[in-house]
Amino acid sequence: MDDFTAAFATALALIIRFDRDLVAIVSLSLMVSMAAVSLAAVGGLPLGAAVAVWRFPGRGLVGALLNAMMGLPPVVVGLALYVLLSRAGPLGAFGLLYTPTAMILAQGVLVTPIIAALTRQTIADLHEEYDEQLRALGVGPWRTIGTLLWDGRFSLLTAVLAGFGRASAEVGAVLIVGGNINHVTRVMTTTIALETSKGDLPLALGLGIILLLLTFMLNAAAMAIRDAAKRAYG
Amino acid sequence: MRGYPVGSSAHTGVDQVRPTIFPLRLHEVCFTAGGQHLIDHISCALEAQPSTLVLGPNGAGKSLLLRLCHGLIQASSGSIRWNGMDARAARRHQAMVFQRPVLLRRTVAANISYALSVHGVPRRRRQTLVSAALAQAGLLDLAARPARVLSGGEQQRLALARAWALKPQVLLLDEPTANLDPAATHTVEILLEQIYKAGTKIIMTTHDLGQARRLADEVLFLHRGRLLEHGPAAAFFSTPQSKEAAAFLEGRLLW
Repeated sequence: MDDFTAAFATALALIIRFDRDLVAIVSLSLMVSMAAVSLAAVGGLPLGAAVAVWRFPGRGLVGALLNAMMGLPPVVVGLALYVLLSRAGPLGAFGLLYTPTAMILAQGVLVTPIIAALTRQTIADLHEEYDEQLRALGVGPWRTIGTLLWDGRFSLLTAVLAGFGRASAEVGAVLIVGGNINHVTRVMTTTIALETSKGDLPLALGLGIILLLLTFMLNAAAMAIRDAAKRAYG
Repeated sequence: MRGYPVGSSAHTGVDQVRPTIFPLRLHEVCFTAGGQHLIDHISCALEAQPSTLVLGPNGAGKSLLLRLCHGLIQASSGSIRWNGMDARAARRHQAMVFQRPVLLRRTVAANISYALSVHGVPRRRRQTLVSAALAQAGLLDLAARPARVLSGGEQQRLALARAWALKPQVLLLDEPTANLDPAATHTVEILLEQIYKAGTKIIMTTHDLGQARRLADEVLFLHRGRLLEHGPAAAFFSTPQSKEAAAFLEGRLLW
């Protein structure tokens, strides 16, 4: 127990004096996850909205597929990307394996279905309300999607945030395609896994605390924004 | 809305060429759901004048009839032709206002601007049209407010202004004042009268007999999906031909 208390104190000290390694790891994590979520939002928001609004053959199948892919196992995604990106693989020429770019891709693949599936639900509900009015105004299929995404923007913040939560908490995929290389591809989750197994608890604990705090603050901020916006815009 | 409008309104150029979409002809129109004729063999013709009110108790099919005419739903059989065009093709010359208007989560002015943009009005012309529509509806002071925080009456006036800004040949209104208090209803009726005077055909459903007496020139009376009467409002209110209409006017017909 004393060991644990000491480790905890060291962790806090690392945070308080902005330890260089710690700051580097946290910034890389944020950078990778934010890039991945941005990519996933650009793909997932319109995809989810299209599945919610457009009638096309196989629409039910796409919806079911999106829901199923929300539970995609990260290690499997990591493995698949590893095969694609490794020197002998079809995308090997780009030399992306063990780079932050590969980690962004991995998290993007994991998060896109989450954002798309949650968007589909939100936009489907909104479409119920808007459908006749938009058709009466003569709004075409593309613009309908844009309008619904814009009018659902505050609710969709939750979908994007869920994606960010998943991306930043994920270990398996980034470990496989990133390789956990010190100062290059080491992010919070992979460092926690590594340091814990090495028995070096302070850094792991410090990062754990930061990861928790980040998740918590981000959710609180998003909820505050959403509530304030709902009050202001109705 | 007695009295026909003088001349036609100066259409500010939403459409350059405006082929008329009247007469509207319905021929043996049926709409069936769950084996029930919700609209039961309705045939009639409506001209560009005068204003038409669709009356009838709840469940008579008034809203369905408007939606069919606007092309939002398809008739199960029969035909609906706006001067030969089908309902969907004619829709861009029409505007519809719903009982519960759906306003977009943006400002009052942006709601009108959006509708204009959908109808292909170039950006530089929108501002003037938006201001004109807002002024007409008495909403100029609220232009920068988010539309969703307006009162019920203001929201409905905005919906009307948005519809009117498109310079439709016909305004279809589905119980536009059903959720409003008497004062708000009054302001909406005044606005409707102005729109009508400016040369827009009004086709409106209501179950409010007082409102029907105030606004109707011509009445369509529906009962259980069938068209029982179609004629001048004065005659309908003084000497209804069917016993259902007589009962409705006396407030005895419940559905």
